[in-house]
Amino acid sequence: MLLALTAAGIVIVALLWEVCWPTVSEAIERHRARRARVPTFDYDPGRERRAEQRARELLRSCVNDEEWEMYRDLGFIRVWGTIADGPERGAARDPLAGAPYAYLIYPHKPIVAFLPQTRRLLNEYCVEFPDETRPYGSARLPDSDDVLAKWMALTGDERRLIAESNMHLPGRQVDPRQVQRDLWRLSEWERQRAARERRQGSVSTP
Amino acid sequence: MKPGHGEVLLAEGDVEVPEQERELIEAFREQLDQGMWAAVPTASRGGRREAQLVRDFGEVPRDAERVIFFPKAAGGR
Repeated sequence: MLLALTAAGIVIVALLWEVCWPTVSEAIERHRARRARVPTFDYDPGRERRAEQRARELLRSCVNDEEWEMYRDLGFIRVWGTIADGPERGAARDPLAGAPYAYLIYPHKPIVAFLPQTRRLLNEYCVEFPDETRPYGSARLPDSDDVLAKWMALTGDERRLIAESNMHLPGRQVDPRQVQRDLWRLSEWERQRAARERRQGSVSTP
Repeated sequence: MKPGHGEVLLAEGDVEVPEQERELIEAFREQLDQGMWAAVPTASRGGRREAQLVRDFGEVPRDAERVIFFPKAAGGR
């Protein structure tokens, strides 16, 4: 009799287990899921601003005073070209080969090559520095870091950067009228800066 | 340089101290293995600032204050 009752009890428990276990298991999983720490990237509106601020400080510490003030006041940096024959212009024999040339570095825009004497635009060099680790889901560097990356790559190994970039005629992405305006702003800025330095020099010199 | 970070200190140390130099070399190689470019900001005699791209830790000037890593250039659209 006792044996029969025990067997019946075991069978009942086993059946109940079969019936109840999925529900119990689901409840446990739900409880665990509620308590689990899920990594989230909450949007922080100040994050980009702080990153840009740090990037500006880094840029400032790398470039010279003139370049930093140019970027601060005008939003771009001019870098002089160093290749003797000048950047490639598509022609086999370019009459302008050897003329001094320079680049304008804008944040997140192509690098624009131009001839300072005539303000003639030569090429656009499309180049990016994507950070594929994407710590916040984006590969886009802060503006000033993008400028610094271009500046370092251009002053460190101009040929390599030009080779890595995609060359286009002026006007593909950057409005040539905007560049012409920027070149005019740059010349005015340099004129005022030189005048200011002359004044400071005459004041400090007795 | 990282999106949203601006500037990140990866490692610091004195190259004259062998143990610290090893750590710097490891950090340097790790960054290059991740496909980053490395540059040392320098100042020429004329006061002109420029960067020196380096591909090996041995190319880093011994008196360099810092090496900046930045993502490799890729042709844009």
